[in-house]
Amino acid sequence: MSQLLLDVNGLTMRFGGLVAVDHVDLAVKHRQVVSIIGPNGAGKTTVFNCLSGFYIPSDGSVVFSGEQVAGMKDYQISRKGLVRTFQHVRLFSKMTVIENMLVAQHRHLKTDLISGLLKTSSYRRLEQEAMDRAAYWLKEMDLLQYANREAGNLAYGQQRRLEIARCMVTQPQLLLLDEPAAGLNPNETKELDELIVRLRDEHEISVLLIEHDMKLVMGISDHIYVIAQGAPLANGTPDEVKNNPDVIKAYLGEE
Amino acid sequence: MQNSKFLSALFAAGITFVLACLMIGVKLDTEGTELAVTGATAEQWTWIGLGIGLVFLSQLFSNQIDAFFGKLPKPKLGGLLPEEKKRAALKPWLLAALIVGMLVWPFMVSRGAVDLATLTLIYIMLGLGLNIVVGLAGLLDLGFVAFYAVGAYTYALLSMYFGLSFWMCLPISAGLAALFGFLLGFPVLRLRGDYLAIVTLGFGEIIRILLNNWTELTNGPSGISGIPKPTLFGLEFTRRAKEEGAQTFHDFMGISYSSSYKVIFLYLIAVLLVIFVIYLINRLMRMPIGRAWEALREDEIACRSLGLNRTTIKLSAFTLGASTAGFAGSFFAARQGFISPESFIFIESAIILAIVVLGGMGSQIGVILAAIVMTILPELAREFAEYRMLLFGLLMVVMMRWRPEGLVPMKRPHLELKS
Ligand SMILES: Nc1ncnc2c1ncn2[C@@H]1O[C@H](COP(=O)(O)OP(=O)(O)OP(=O)(O)O)[C@@H](O)[C@H]1O
Ligand SMILES: [Mg+2]
Repeated sequence: MSQLLLDVNGLTMRFGGLVAVDHVDLAVKHRQVVSIIGPNGAGKTTVFNCLSGFYIPSDGSVVFSGEQVAGMKDYQISRKGLVRTFQHVRLFSKMTVIENMLVAQHRHLKTDLISGLLKTSSYRRLEQEAMDRAAYWLKEMDLLQYANREAGNLAYGQQRRLEIARCMVTQPQLLLLDEPAAGLNPNETKELDELIVRLRDEHEISVLLIEHDMKLVMGISDHIYVIAQGAPLANGTPDEVKNNPDVIKAYLGEE
Repeated sequence: MQNSKFLSALFAAGITFVLACLMIGVKLDTEGTELAVTGATAEQWTWIGLGIGLVFLSQLFSNQIDAFFGKLPKPKLGGLLPEEKKRAALKPWLLAALIVGMLVWPFMVSRGAVDLATLTLIYIMLGLGLNIVVGLAGLLDLGFVAFYAVGAYTYALLSMYFGLSFWMCLPISAGLAALFGFLLGFPVLRLRGDYLAIVTLGFGEIIRILLNNWTELTNGPSGISGIPKPTLFGLEFTRRAKEEGAQTFHDFMGISYSSSYKVIFLYLIAVLLVIFVIYLINRLMRMPIGRAWEALREDEIACRSLGLNRTTIKLSAFTLGASTAGFAGSFFAARQGFISPESFIFIESAIILAIVVLGGMGSQIGVILAAIVMTILPELAREFAEYRMLLFGLLMVVMMRWRPEGLVPMKRPHLELKS
C-alpha cells in the first residue's frame, strides 16, 4: 500500500441528479505514467477537478502520499505536490513568460512585506533560486528565448509547454495533464511524448494523463484506466486495454 | 444588418427625445405659491432637435466612426523615448531633475497654482492606491472613498479629542483605513466582479451616512473645522502660535509672516508623501505579492491550481489600497482644515476610478498623468461651469474609443536570466 503515490477509492461526484463520476478507483505508483481514457463527457475532467480540490467529491477517498486530501482546499493540495494543467490553456496571458514561472513559485519565495521591501539577503537568495529554477525549466521546454515575451503572444504549442513548465517549477510529485496533446501537430505531439517520458525517467515524477490521442496513450502509459459515463469500465496495461472487448465496444468501436 | 442599424439608431434618437423633453423641454417653476409648467423656448427646441439628429446619425454611422477612430494615429509614447540602454542610464538623472523641479517650482508661481498642485498630488495618491485594487488585482471597488473618509476623520477626530499631531496621526490613519479594508474585505472578497462592485458601493455609502448621522462623535453634516495644519518639527505656520510655548516658522527663521509659506509647506509634504507611496508601490509590484495580484487578475483558477491562496492575496491588495487612501485622507483633512461627509460622496470614488482607467490599468505613470489631467482640466474649464460634467463625460467616451488601454498602458518589467 505504502508505495502508492495516489490511491483513489470509490470516488463519486454528483451534480444534483447527474452522477458525473461513479465509484472510480485509481492507483498511481511512483515514477509511473498512468492514463485515463474515455469518450467525450465520460467524466475525466471531473475526476481531475476532484483530485485537485476544485470540487469536493460527494463520496470516496483520495489518498496522496499517504494523506487523505479529499475535502482539502485546492491550493493546499497543490502545495503538497499534486499539480494540474487544464483542458483549455490557462496562462497569465498579459504577464511575461518568466513572470508566469515566478508566480508559480509564490510559496517558495519570501512573501512577507518587510523582507521584500528591505531586500534582505534571504529574500534575494530565494528570488535568485526561483529565477534559476525558472530558467532551468524554460530551457528544458525550449522556451528560454521567449522569457520576456508576454505569455499570451506565444504560439499555441509554446503556450502548452509553458503551462507544463509552470507546473514543473513548483516541484510536484504528481503531474495531472488534461489533454495536453489537443491542438498540437504530429511533430509537437511526438515532442510531448518524449517530454512525458523524460519527466518520469529523469525527473522521477509520476504523470496522470487524460488524452484522446490513442497512439500517444498506448505508447507511454504504464497503466490505463477506462471510464465511460462516469463509471469505471476497465483497466490494465495498454495491451490488456486494447484487447478488452468492453472497451472496444464502448470506446474504440465508436471511431 | 443595415436594417437593424437603422432601428437601433431610431431607438437611440427616441430615448434622447424622451430624456431631453423631461430634462430640458419642460420646467417646473414656482409662480407665487403655484407650481407652473413652462415649456422650453423655441431656441432650446432647436438645440434639442439638433441633439437628437446628432445621436441618430452617430448611431447610424457608428461603424464608420469606429473605423475613423481606429485609423487615428495612436501616439507611440514608447517610440519617442530613447533606446532601452540609454534610457536606463538617463533615468536616475531625469528622476533627480524631476524631483528638484517639483521642489523648486512652487517658489516661482502663484499660491493658487501651488494649492491646485497639492490637490492633484492627493488625487495621485488616491489613484495609486486604487490602482493596486482595480488595476493590479482586478477587484472592482466602487467605494474607495470610504477609506479616504476613514483616514480623514481619523486625523480630525484624534486631533480634536486627544490633540494628537498630524505626524502621529498619519500612520494611525493609514493603519485604521487598512483595518477597515481588512474587515470589509474578509466577507466580500469571495464575491466577483459586479457583486463586489455593488457591495463596495454600498460600503462607501454606509461610511458616509454613518459620518453624517453619528452626530455626537463626528458633528454630523456640519463637519469638523479647525483641524490643525502639520508642523515642521513643532514649528507652526500660523501668524501666532496656537499652543502655549510653541513657536511659529517665521519667528524661528526671523522672517516676516506670509501665508504662502503654509501653502508651499503643505505642497512639499504632499510631494514627499507621493514619492514615498510611489516608491512603496513600485517595490511591491516587483515583489512576489505584486505579481500574485496580477496573476489573480489574469486567471484566478490557474492561481488556485498553483497553490496561491486567493483570499490572502486579495485581502492584501484591498488592505494596502485602503491604507494608501487613509494616508491621503489624513493629509486631505490637514490641508483642508475642515471636513464634512460632503467631501466623501460617491462621485469622488467615480473620479478616482476614472483616473485609474484613464491612466491605463496597472500603470503608475499613466495614473499620475491621468490624475493631473482630471484635476487640472476642470479648473481650466471653469468658464464652462455647467457643462463641466458634460465635457468630462465626452472626454471619457473619446478616450475609451480611441485608447481603451489607457494613456500609458502598463509595461512589463524586463527580467534578466543567466542561463
Ligand atoms: N460543474 C458541473 N455542474 C454540472 N455538471 C457538470 C459539471 N462539470 C461537469 N459536469 C458534467 O459532467 C459530465 C462529465 O464532464 P467532464 O468534463 O468531466 O467530461 P470529460 O470526460 O472531461 O469530457 P471531454 O473528453 O469532452 O473533456 C458532463 O456531462 C458534464 O456536463
Ligand atoms: Mg475533459
